[in-house]
Amino acid sequence: MPIKVRIPTPLQKITNNQADVTVKSKNVRELIEDLNKSFPGIKERLCDEKGNLRRFINIYVNEEDIRFLKMDATPLKDGDEVSIIPAIAGG
Amino acid sequence: MGLRDDQVERYSRQILLPHVGGLGQEKILAAKVLVIGAGGLGSPAALYLAAAGVGRIGVVDSDKVELNNLQRQVLHSTKTVGELKVESAKRTLAALNTDIEVIPYNMRLTSGNILDVIKGYDIIVDGSDNFPTRYLVNDACVLAKKPLSHGGIFRFDGQAITIVPGKSACYRCLFPEPPPPGLVPSCQEAGILGAVAGVIGVIQANEVLKLILGIGDTLTGKLLIFNALDSSFRSVKVPKNKDCPVCGEKPTVTRLIDYEEFCSLRRKDAK
Repeated sequence: MPIKVRIPTPLQKITNNQADVTVKSKNVRELIEDLNKSFPGIKERLCDEKGNLRRFINIYVNEEDIRFLKMDATPLKDGDEVSIIPAIAGG
Repeated sequence: MGLRDDQVERYSRQILLPHVGGLGQEKILAAKVLVIGAGGLGSPAALYLAAAGVGRIGVVDSDKVELNNLQRQVLHSTKTVGELKVESAKRTLAALNTDIEVIPYNMRLTSGNILDVIKGYDIIVDGSDNFPTRYLVNDACVLAKKPLSHGGIFRFDGQAITIVPGKSACYRCLFPEPPPPGLVPSCQEAGILGAVAGVIGVIQANEVLKLILGIGDTLTGKLLIFNALDSSFRSVKVPKNKDCPVCGEKPTVTRLIDYEEFCSLRRKDAK
């Protein structure tokens, strides 16, 4: 069973309006690279020039923020659900 | 203090609730809540808080009502287009409930005035529409130790989290810094479905009522995520971050910051 990745609305332009996509990556770092192969440009939206995850976007494996796991080395296994969640400010 | 007969009648359907009762209603009537932004989120939040009998409601906004607001900002109406939002809000809330005090603040919050404004309130509701205000409100609430209900919306998405300073994660524990200018489109550019604002604003009112009453579990330590297209509610865990710039062990944000306003549309409006 592959890993489901939930794409937030602001990034769905890059994923051809898909709200979720599937990958088979072994960890979060690989997931970002795999996403960028399928959807070029998504990596620079998620990461800064140094490759660090931007400070207003979080990645969750299931319900857990990877900053409190092993950052981008956080392992992924079949059936995991990954959510990319950006800060949103509308009101 | 005791409830008058008309109050017993007005609030009877919530006084009936075992978690509320007469004592709970008295707590609601004694509560002071500040609603920041009389827009898409602040409108439903303030309406439900006023209806429930929150005794003092402050409303902060610096804008005037525009026709394009009415699709979601249910405090305002066709005949109040052109009026100050805080005046329009005050009239709507006062008409709904004569029992409460509504205090308008026709101003833009800054590092220089926010602590003075929030000082007189028990709980703060953030329904603002831009990142600089949201980070300012979070930091001020952390510094002043005021519980904060945060809500945000974008297109078909909504987010809500409740922050009890010193006890639960703050907004910077979740997202340490705002995006740089230009990277994220604003509501004005991106669009919003009015009902999404209603869903999140009412959740914020519900959070405030639970905080006042001391009942249930609030959205502390978790971010609620709503999507209107698949009608889904999910939540993710938001632990306190020991490296948080404002509430962590070694805070780097020790005084309030006015981030650069980066919505070009708004900048133009302000001139």
